[in-house]
Amino acid sequence: MIELDNVAYSYGGGELFSSVTLSLPPGSFHFLTGPSGAGKTTLLKLCYGELTATAGQVRLFGQDTRSLGRDDIAQLRRRIGVVHQDCQFLDHLPVAENIALPLTVAGRDGAPEDLEALLGWVGLRRQAGQLPPELSGGERQRAALARAVIMSPDVILADEPTGNVDWDMSQRLLTLLIELNRMGKTVLIATHDLSLIRAAKSEVEARVLRLKDRRIQAAGANL
Amino acid sequence: MEMLRRMLGLLAGDPQADRAVPPTGFTARLTLMSAAAMAFLAVFALAMSLATGRLADRWSEELARTSTLRISAPADQMQAQTAAAVEVLRTTPGVAEARPLTAEEQRALLEPWFGPDLPVETLPIPQLIEIIEEGEGYDPAGLRARMQAEVPGAILDDHGRWREPLVQAAGRLRLLAWVSIGLIALTTAAMITLAANAALAANAQVIRVMRLVGARDVYIARAFVRRFTLRALVGAAVGTVLGLLAVLALPSTDVAGGFLTGLGFQGWHWLWPLTIPPLAALVSFFATRQAALRSLGEQS
Repeated sequence: MIELDNVAYSYGGGELFSSVTLSLPPGSFHFLTGPSGAGKTTLLKLCYGELTATAGQVRLFGQDTRSLGRDDIAQLRRRIGVVHQDCQFLDHLPVAENIALPLTVAGRDGAPEDLEALLGWVGLRRQAGQLPPELSGGERQRAALARAVIMSPDVILADEPTGNVDWDMSQRLLTLLIELNRMGKTVLIATHDLSLIRAAKSEVEARVLRLKDRRIQAAGANL
Repeated sequence: MEMLRRMLGLLAGDPQADRAVPPTGFTARLTLMSAAAMAFLAVFALAMSLATGRLADRWSEELARTSTLRISAPADQMQAQTAAAVEVLRTTPGVAEARPLTAEEQRALLEPWFGPDLPVETLPIPQLIEIIEEGEGYDPAGLRARMQAEVPGAILDDHGRWREPLVQAAGRLRLLAWVSIGLIALTTAAMITLAANAALAANAQVIRVMRLVGARDVYIARAFVRRFTLRALVGAAVGTVLGLLAVLALPSTDVAGGFLTGLGFQGWHWLWPLTIPPLAALVSFFATRQAALRSLGEQS
């Protein structure tokens, strides 16, 4: 699905990380953890082609991102659902339209009942007509998750999905992500919240990757 | 045809895609106002171009078909010399008609300088004969030689001396009007490019989100291009209507006469200004498209 081979990323004259090798096989579940500033978000951005590695090779669905144009990357992103820490909504559109945005830009007409079911799955039926700034932190995260999965992507990347929500809500979000994994989706969650990883232990077999000192450490350690 | 099809498809639009990009107030107003102002100016430049074109045509064609014979002779010989000159002209190949101007016509010619009721009969002014040519026209050198021999007081004026600079001036004015139209189009493109760039910069976050959910550059660009093309079309339509009303409000040629009052449209030329709004939309389409794709390339 997504492979990083000896990847390095530098900016501002400094190297954020180097020699990172990572593979996300189909149906796998991964946590990416590490201290703040270690480069978790950057690594995720490399995984969905928003950033380009300064060295090494990133392959999305077997294709080397260095040989892809912007439109090719955009096409591949339709197979990757991303949940951002800050959610990234269009604040002038209602929640339902934000969730359906990937379908809109792909020129697909989603069935209204499918959207309704998705809103029900994340518990946002009542908030469908509200604008994103009117939602609570947990509701925003669930809306972001719904938008990430509406295209039925092969891979779901979540960047600190529980960063701004309470414990109950983080458990609810984790449950949703585990459900997606059981449906065969590959999931990678970047988080510094070790309690979330521990909570997932009994539910799913997950690999934990630790990004520290510019390297991925303890790769392959199971919870 | 492909470009036309794409433009029509663009104007038909994708309401869902349009909703993704929120309208930005000042760029909308800037585009509307600059398109309206430029269309207003374009109407006048077009009117000037067409009026000078008509003037140049009239001076170069109608006046080229006429000339004047001036007979200066003592009063007692004037009638005989005039008759002799008319006879020479009647037998000159290429002359369709030769007609001595009446006293009333000569008075009308002098009226702008001497006022009405000038007693031309009592003044030693030359007799003018209007010559209208036919076919390839006459041979001026041959006619002058014949006149010198048979009507010594006759001087032939084929209008070339003053007609050519006027025709040249009218041609230059016409060129100037077309250059003005070109500059108006370029300025419109520049203004719309500026407005489009401002709108793209103001919507950087929207663009980022759309990219993250898999939107291609051309999809994002289309939302901006459609909006700016429609704004330019509406603004230019308003400017064109106002320009046409202003041209209609100009004094009629019948009332005042002269070149300036002839600045306007005649006959089917009134249809020409209708091309201004679609042309403004076309300029806007290409300017916004280029600005959007370049800006999206730089933002990636």
